[in-house]
Amino acid sequence: MILTDESVRQIKGKAARYPYQKAAILPALTIAYKQLGYVDDKIYKEISKVINVPYVEIAEAATFYTMFPKKPRGKYLLQVCNNISCALLGSDAMIKYIEDKLGIKKGDTTEDGLFTLISVECLGSCCTAPMIQINDDYHENLNHMKLDKILDDLKSRE
Amino acid sequence: MSFYSPVITNAKEAAADDKLHLFDHVEDPEQFTLERYVQNGGYVAWKKVLGKMKPDEVIEEVKKSGLRGRGGAGFPTGMKWSFVPKNSPKPRYLCCNADESEPGTCKDRVLMERDPHSVIEGMAIAAYAIGCKLMFCYIRGEFHHSIERMEKAMEEAYENGHLGKNIYGSGYDLDMIVHTGGGAYMCGEETGLINSLEGEKGMARIRPPFPAVEGLWGCPTIVNNVETLTAVKHIISRGAEWYRSIGTEKSAGTKLVSLSGHVNRPGNYEIPLGFSLRKFIYDANYGNGILGGKKLKGVIPGGASTPYLTPEMIDVGLDYESLAAVGSMLGSGAVIVFHEDTCVVWTILKLIKFFRHESCGKCTPCREGTGWLELIIQRIEDGKGEASDLEKLDSICGNILGRTICPLGDAAVMPIQSTLKHWREEWQHHIVHKQCVVKSIFAFS
Repeated sequence: MILTDESVRQIKGKAARYPYQKAAILPALTIAYKQLGYVDDKIYKEISKVINVPYVEIAEAATFYTMFPKKPRGKYLLQVCNNISCALLGSDAMIKYIEDKLGIKKGDTTEDGLFTLISVECLGSCCTAPMIQINDDYHENLNHMKLDKILDDLKSRE
Repeated sequence: MSFYSPVITNAKEAAADDKLHLFDHVEDPEQFTLERYVQNGGYVAWKKVLGKMKPDEVIEEVKKSGLRGRGGAGFPTGMKWSFVPKNSPKPRYLCCNADESEPGTCKDRVLMERDPHSVIEGMAIAAYAIGCKLMFCYIRGEFHHSIERMEKAMEEAYENGHLGKNIYGSGYDLDMIVHTGGGAYMCGEETGLINSLEGEKGMARIRPPFPAVEGLWGCPTIVNNVETLTAVKHIISRGAEWYRSIGTEKSAGTKLVSLSGHVNRPGNYEIPLGFSLRKFIYDANYGNGILGGKKLKGVIPGGASTPYLTPEMIDVGLDYESLAAVGSMLGSGAVIVFHEDTCVVWTILKLIKFFRHESCGKCTPCREGTGWLELIIQRIEDGKGEASDLEKLDSICGNILGRTICPLGDAAVMPIQSTLKHWREEWQHHIVHKQCVVKSIFAFS
């Protein structure tokens, strides 16, 4: 098993609350993603056994939604909202700034595996634009200074 | 731990104004705790309902209040509840729609992060009204902090007897599950949400049957927006007549509106319905005017799905009827403002990329059409537009509108159509001169 005992325990705990096990697919995928940073075929199979739902149903759901990538990404996933409200306040330029700072292009991961940069659709932080989501956390009302500090702090933790 | 999001609200004004209520306590950093929530009058309405109201009386009160869905459709809430069959032997379900993802909208997040118990209390009252024993709060997966706050609040509510078995000795049992999504705009549409909750792909279902009759697992199901359910709590606390006295005759109550884009003071504001859009953008207590003193060019009044307004059209009330009368919509309550340095085609390109990405793929007109629209709009933006492109856009839009199961197709084309109408010269300029009238270059400061 790639899923840890703790993840399995959490998935079972969630699933037990629903009248039908299939409803636990998204929560299970979320727990698996939290542990691993990706969710692939092997994990679909493991989840299938844990919640007793056919593999194909797990795969079908997992591949529809954007939050369960099949391949691991950098330790810190930089998701820049590039929808209209953020774009009006410079998110295109912010993406370019991060690209230059980290020496990567949108969609890529830095060589040290630390950062992956992607642009995403509206994250519901429109009145505090521009913004970036890094793993679980939102960073809002960004400017050069704030963004530099956030990224430099993450780097210096290593 | 105080606020997760630094967003501006008008909580002070709300607390001082007898009519505003949803935001009364959202600047209180402890409001998310059960202790403070109860100090501020929390769970009184829920106790009142279980102590002395019949489910039908709750529905009647909400009907009388004139409350309408705050997620975008504006359907009368009490009437929606009354569609749940009275004699169905099946379980009934309530789903709180917290999949907030309409671009420009970030109001439900404030309620969940800062006043989560008010959402739970509203949900509980709605659940009781329809005879539901298990309710869900479907929160978009990206909202980790909202999820955390709602889960913590739910646990506190269970521990203190506001949820669970035999609540307040009434004999009524109610359970709750916080369910998290996987990142799909479609799940904000009620049938998409229901499919997603069942563990399916978030695709729309054909209606009828409507969810109130056959929804989650084929059982009667009511899906209501976070703000709608929170308003229910206040309606029960203070009465339908008080609620009716706020707003306009057909649009009763208040609305949370997110103001974003080129304004000096973006934020989330609670306003009585019917509030002037011009005042909302220019008044010092709200938008405080256009960024850099620039000239206003356009406004998207209800989120990315709604038709644009020109500066000549902003003397309009923010309510369902007034915005419909000028050809747009109140939507989810998201005013997006852009100034003179913005290319309209560029804004539309941002939106169509979004809709193409979020189209679930079930209906051909939307699946194929949004792709074609993006291709054509992209080439116009890139200076490679062809003379016939505007007619092509007109035609594709016309072939999507009204021809899809859910409103996503309509949502994708209505903003485009509005700009083809109001800014057609700008579109033509783009094609003839192979460039924008004005290039949208917004610096990152």
